[in-house]
Amino acid sequence: MIRDVIRKVEENFFRGVMFLSSSVIVIALLLIVVSILYKGLPSLSWKMIIETPKGGYYFGKEGGILNAIVGSLYLSLGATILSFIISLPLALYINVHQAKNGKLVNLVRFLLDLLWGIPSIVYGAFGFTIMIYFGLRTSLLAGIITVSLFIIPIMVRSMDEVFKTVHRGLLESAFSLGSTKSETAYKVVLRQCIPGVVTAILLAFGRAIGDAASVLFTAGYTDYIPTSLSQPTATLPLSIFFQLSSPIAEVQNRAYASAVVLTIIILVISIVSRLVSRKYNQERIK
Amino acid sequence: MNIAAKSYFRIGRSLKDRFHTSWMLVCLVLVLLLPFFLGFGLLIKSLVLLKEESIWQLLFSSKWHPLKGEFGFLPFIISSLWVTILSIFICGPICLFSAIHLTHYAKRWFLKFIHPVIDILAGIPSVIYGVWGVVIIVPLISKAGASFGHPNSGYTILTGAIVLSIMIIPFVLNILIEVIRAVPQGLVEASLSLGATKWETIKKVILRKAFPGIISAFGLGISRAFGETIAVLMVVGNVVKIPSGVFQAGYPLPALIANNYGEMLSIPLYDSALMFAALILFVVVTIFNLGSRYLILHAEKRI
Repeated sequence: MIRDVIRKVEENFFRGVMFLSSSVIVIALLLIVVSILYKGLPSLSWKMIIETPKGGYYFGKEGGILNAIVGSLYLSLGATILSFIISLPLALYINVHQAKNGKLVNLVRFLLDLLWGIPSIVYGAFGFTIMIYFGLRTSLLAGIITVSLFIIPIMVRSMDEVFKTVHRGLLESAFSLGSTKSETAYKVVLRQCIPGVVTAILLAFGRAIGDAASVLFTAGYTDYIPTSLSQPTATLPLSIFFQLSSPIAEVQNRAYASAVVLTIIILVISIVSRLVSRKYNQERIK
Repeated sequence: MNIAAKSYFRIGRSLKDRFHTSWMLVCLVLVLLLPFFLGFGLLIKSLVLLKEESIWQLLFSSKWHPLKGEFGFLPFIISSLWVTILSIFICGPICLFSAIHLTHYAKRWFLKFIHPVIDILAGIPSVIYGVWGVVIIVPLISKAGASFGHPNSGYTILTGAIVLSIMIIPFVLNILIEVIRAVPQGLVEASLSLGATKWETIKKVILRKAFPGIISAFGLGISRAFGETIAVLMVVGNVVKIPSGVFQAGYPLPALIANNYGEMLSIPLYDSALMFAALILFVVVTIFNLGSRYLILHAEKRI
């Protein structure tokens, strides 16, 4: 009898602990979003979003963070495009051309997972060495190359996860109708997986726009909006970081406001990718 | 269509195929070589320093005076270890319990609600976690430290570990969910049908069966935490000293690299030292990654 009671109590106790753990996760997210909004919204204004820093901006004078917003968008867009050109063919290659070569596919996946795990600061340091080696200076281009190295594994692996789910029969029937492997890859498999590919791109874009450590060395920082690839560029995460380390309260408040801008961008990306995958998943051939 | 046009068309198609395939091969080779390039690039850069001083001297000396050419990485390594291990101790139990909850107990409405939450947490940039840490955790730790008799500024090892543990939750949790889902349903049902309660089944069947997977999830979490830069840098205090308690400031390796990138070219050997720090990160993270993945593969074979 008593044993049964103890068992019951133990069961309920751990059920409580488990529910609590899950709640902690939800509360953590709410706490992060709410505290960022609470701190940042009061100092967020249109002026901040549509103006570049004016003289003495970092001492609390007039201006905004348009340079960082546009710089971040340029950088992430460039990196996303560059890595897309490499990631899509690779993901298709291991799922269509080499689909039967399990050893190679596993090796590639393994290496990609390894690359995914490497911290972005290491990519930053590596990008910096390459930059010095080729005699480049901190610039938009150097930033784009470094960030795209860093997001390639993310993009390939997430596309790979989608391409994996394509039914083998679909490949076989495309081959048997006489289409070449590349045609099958781009016209059948890719078309089947467009929503997944879009989600992968958005995921990589989100990573690119939010990462600070890899651009710290390579993209530099400036108060102006870059007009060519060889100019340095400001980025949003770094702008938050720099403003927050200022001792002036007003500049710190701007850091919070900039954090709100970045959070909103990330939330929008996340919502859009959710909508895309929901809308198009209904149109798939199962 | 006449025959000439047809064969032209066919040649065009095979040319196209060949073009695409060769570009794919180029991409493949590029990505396969990338990890080796990374390792070699950093190694070559750090050789300059390694020629000057022995590797043991570098790893186990705590004298850090770049201007005098003394590079002892011990304070940074110890800080990194403190922050990483502490964060895995905080986030490990939370993730494990939550993973069991989500796979075996949670109602459908809760799952629908928590999956986007995990995704969003995973997507939040580390600098935002850093800001959050500065706003919420730093004052909290400062107060807590004062009431425990450890007055501090709030910028401590513990602060870094807490921020870090929240950051790696989505990462570890997702792996744990997969690991626990991989336990064969038959085993669970057999245990339940023998009269075990749900919790007993979890404790004695699922956790035991999933043990290697759980360990490797933590291992991957450690490798993620070890290299995290900006968020930790913002809250950990950055004082070059071997920390002796959780309420003291620390200076992890990634923070060292990030903080000094500006001046590294003006002091001889300094850039080599920072690249050596990056190499340490690379090696440690890779070892943890390899170990964890090996464990997962091994466990899968056994099941």
